[in-house]
Amino acid sequence: MRIDCDVLIIGGGPAGLCAAKTLCNTGLKVLMLERDPFLGGQLVKQTHLFFGSKEQYAGTRGFEIGKLLTEEVTSASNVTVMLETTASGFYLEENFILALEKEKILHQVHFKKVIVATGASEKSLLFEGNDLPGIYGAGAVQTLMNLYGVLPGQDIVMVGSGNIGLIVSYQLLQAGVKVKAIIEAAPVVGGYFVHAAKVRRMGIPIYTQTTIKRAIGQSKLEKIETICLDANWQMVPGTEKTMTCDTLCLAVGLAPMSELLWQFQCDMQYVSELGGYVAKRDSHMQTTHPGVFIAGDVSGVEEASSAMLEGTIAGLSAAASLHQSPESADQLMKASLDFLEGMHLGPIGEKIRSGLSKVEVKSCM
Amino acid sequence: MRIKDHPILEFHKGKAVTFTVDGRKYEAYDDEPIAVALYANGITTLSYSLKYHRPRGVFCCIGNCSSCLMKVNGIPNVRTCTQRVRQDMVIETQDKGATK
Repeated sequence: MRIDCDVLIIGGGPAGLCAAKTLCNTGLKVLMLERDPFLGGQLVKQTHLFFGSKEQYAGTRGFEIGKLLTEEVTSASNVTVMLETTASGFYLEENFILALEKEKILHQVHFKKVIVATGASEKSLLFEGNDLPGIYGAGAVQTLMNLYGVLPGQDIVMVGSGNIGLIVSYQLLQAGVKVKAIIEAAPVVGGYFVHAAKVRRMGIPIYTQTTIKRAIGQSKLEKIETICLDANWQMVPGTEKTMTCDTLCLAVGLAPMSELLWQFQCDMQYVSELGGYVAKRDSHMQTTHPGVFIAGDVSGVEEASSAMLEGTIAGLSAAASLHQSPESADQLMKASLDFLEGMHLGPIGEKIRSGLSKVEVKSCM
Repeated sequence: MRIKDHPILEFHKGKAVTFTVDGRKYEAYDDEPIAVALYANGITTLSYSLKYHRPRGVFCCIGNCSSCLMKVNGIPNVRTCTQRVRQDMVIETQDKGATK
């Protein structure tokens, strides 16, 4: 079946929702495709309070932000949302997206502008036995316990002390599970001090310069062997330690899900600071393929707050390119760009700044 | 294992449904993903690797990886972390005893 729209938004997470929000009640026909049976993306499992300013929903829990945005977007008469619908391919010559609804119905989606907000997927880690049941991405554990109320195990070790590793450890404690340890390959804790302080206060040890050597178990994980790393990140023989656990969470980063952007033939670049291959783009989130905008983790892995700002920027850019900007668009654009820049300031933003300097190009308009 | 009390969250469940896994009957809640229903019943092996017959369980739980594929109502390679469980579903461990 053929569907036509002015702006197509692929992905109903924080970035896609914020893009849609800026387009609510404009004269534009907006279509949002979402693979899941619900909107909100990974916000639905975020139980922690967000930081930042009032405009960025500071002091509100992630899943509540998801609900607020969903209500706003679904109540706008010019926005159509198709759930359980996957954008599975872009046809360059014919210029349409092929979408599969409920694994049964195929749609040809024609659009004037598209915002790709497909997010990211969790990375794994290379070690012996890493395929055993009981070894998960930290996000998977978050989904199981916070979205569906099911615990993956009783005795957990976390790999990675970035914000996800720290936050999920704390959430596991809230759900009543013992977190035995957090191990971190780097010499210092990766996440914010405030999160690390919280889990330490709750009695979870963080072992730095330590990694996992192998996982042991028959039908599922039974124990792991850890090993210390030297200053050159090399394993130090003789420092192996065994820990029993039934669950191992890997919080070792995410990679942008940029498959569609390859199909759009955007200029792509591998940037390790941003998690993998990302599309080059201007400060207003337009890629080198005219009319293709990006927002959120697919444009470089960061966090939900920056995804929301990028979504707003991409939405406003798409509207401007169709000469249908919403009211006070200029103010909102300036404020969003300023907030985003603010998030990237200081030592915490150093990695992202370095990554962005490799993909940001002059105006694609 | 299901969480009973949570300081922040409340879990709204659908009505109870029964289904079979490899012929054995289990119970879970309508509309939760199949893999979640299985985990709640203590089942963590969902399929086996073809060559070395290594057990496979959930890895990403959001439909990105292919670690949770099972046979559902006769259809192989169903992503059980996103596909919802329904009354009388027939679920089978995939590639159990596949030939080397």
